[in-house]
Amino acid sequence: MSGGHSTYTPKTGLGRWIDARMPLPRLVYDSFIAYPVPRNLNYAYTFGGILAFMLVAQIMTGVVLAMHYVSDTSLAFRSVESIMRDVNSGWLLRYLHANGASMFFIAVYIHIFRGLYYGSYKAPRELLWILGCIIYLLMMATGFMGYVLPWGQMSGWGATVITSFFTAIPLVGDWVQQLLLGGFSVANPTLNRFFALHYLLPFMIAGVVVLHVWALHVVGQTNPTGIEVTSTTDTVAFTPYATVKDSFAMILYIALFAYFVFYIPNYLGHPDNYTEFDSLKTPAHIVPEWYFLPFYAILRAITFNIGPINSKLGGVLAMFGAIAVLFVVPWLDTSKVRSATYRPSYRIFYWLFAANAIFLGWLGSRPAEGTYVIMAQVATLYYFAFFLVIMPLLGLIETPRKVPNSITEAVLEKKGGAGVAHPARATAAPDAKA
Amino acid sequence: MREVDRADSEASSFAGEAEAKEFGVPVSANETIDHNRRDFLYIATGMAGAVGVAAAAWPFIDQMRPDASTLAASSIEVDVASVTEGMALTVKWRGKPVFIRNRAPDEIKAAQEVPMSELKDPIARNANLASDAPATDVDRSAGEGKENWLVMVGVCTHLGCVPLAQQGDYGGWFCPCHGSHYDTAGRIRKGPAPENLAVPNYQFISDTKIRIG
Repeated sequence: MSGGHSTYTPKTGLGRWIDARMPLPRLVYDSFIAYPVPRNLNYAYTFGGILAFMLVAQIMTGVVLAMHYVSDTSLAFRSVESIMRDVNSGWLLRYLHANGASMFFIAVYIHIFRGLYYGSYKAPRELLWILGCIIYLLMMATGFMGYVLPWGQMSGWGATVITSFFTAIPLVGDWVQQLLLGGFSVANPTLNRFFALHYLLPFMIAGVVVLHVWALHVVGQTNPTGIEVTSTTDTVAFTPYATVKDSFAMILYIALFAYFVFYIPNYLGHPDNYTEFDSLKTPAHIVPEWYFLPFYAILRAITFNIGPINSKLGGVLAMFGAIAVLFVVPWLDTSKVRSATYRPSYRIFYWLFAANAIFLGWLGSRPAEGTYVIMAQVATLYYFAFFLVIMPLLGLIETPRKVPNSITEAVLEKKGGAGVAHPARATAAPDAKA
Repeated sequence: MREVDRADSEASSFAGEAEAKEFGVPVSANETIDHNRRDFLYIATGMAGAVGVAAAAWPFIDQMRPDASTLAASSIEVDVASVTEGMALTVKWRGKPVFIRNRAPDEIKAAQEVPMSELKDPIARNANLASDAPATDVDRSAGEGKENWLVMVGVCTHLGCVPLAQQGDYGGWFCPCHGSHYDTAGRIRKGPAPENLAVPNYQFISDTKIRIG
């Protein structure tokens, strides 16, 4: 992680004994205590820590819920009701888990949008970004399968719609769908395998998170200026600076989480999911969980055939393409400047993109009729144009603002420019405090 | 191949050193490496390994497929005596809904009057007919003399939702999930669905009884 310049010195005999045999304390010290982070990180950079907390919270509540849940179609719905009514504190654990999924996604979206704003995906952080995209994909698979488990109307019909995506694949589509469902429709084999996979995937996420953090510690964090760290005055120690800042943000986030759990626990869910799954009756308005809505809108926007690709395959390709395009963002952005802070035009397109993503989410919750379809088509066009046209072209034609020479200079400039003349003297302060 | 060469050069560079002699480097002046033989062994081992991994992986994939109880061929018999003109019945067959509709004359007339050029999917999708039969109204129905009967798997060909009857722009079926409109012969007319609603294998075993499957 910090390479060959570890500053860890065990203080006790036992510490030295362990360090010589399995230097885990050294790894922790180098990664989370002495690890240098840019001194100008803002609160947008606290979501990595928040996400780690959410993953642990989801695994903990999930494991105990699994002790009371039954993955059989005749009992699944009832066992969830029994968790809500009979199991001690069951209502709390289930609401924590259900709302925790939403809080996890809110945090991951902020984390991704922060990366897009500050150009965190640019060299040498491409693999770090791609690992993040893989985590996001795994999160979506986990969230989808988890939503099937309560075996309500939205569970069953959501599973029907999402597994039917695969029938759009030519030749092998039906075979793949049957492989996923374990039958010709969503039934008991489907529920059982989804439960097994829903339990497995979070641990796979944890594994990729380790790789993600590893990659982060190799290349170092970016920062709002997008300038690489050049000297020790550009950084502060992870502990206490980042630890305290992350903890404070986490407490605020947990307060928001608690507000949902205790005051509006069903706000982000659907009343239809409190009706047991009926394979003969589709609810009038079937919508996925809110965190899938933008992609759902893209899926439904393709109502026309594109050459040999029929509308169904086209919709599915557009939806998966909307996620796949994230993986190649490091190579689509041609700008030499990393941070949007110094890219006035990119900033406008970026905020348009953010608004467009929220707009797509809203459209996904509307019925697929009339003007909603046309609006979704326009919004889908902008979604792809942002990545495939604006990102590559803007980097070539945009004139960025002057980028400061170092993080230290940028920080001091912001504080009124008094210290610019004597950066070395002014920056002695944080080190003295540490 | 390249790896073999590298190994060779490492071995020979070690051979000159005193400590390497202690460990007895296998390649001496009167021993030579048969590269063809070595390549053959590498490739053979690699291929046997790949086949072994594939063979071991297959059961893990195979268990995901529909099991014997799900596959057990099932056919059902439905009494349609109570389904009078303009009425419909939904039955469950292989876990999916099947719509049985006794169409009123105006529904049949509306479907018959649609020119074939207006159809998004011009194929009948009727398991009882040839796979390229055109999607005329009679091909969609139970056939000459039984045009009033329409039997279809009630699963939208888009993403598998159950369409709602007598709704949508064409008075047939409307899928609430993604807005596909089907006409009174169950043919896709508007929206993202690519195909007409599927007509399963079925036959009238008497005037009032249908066997599906």
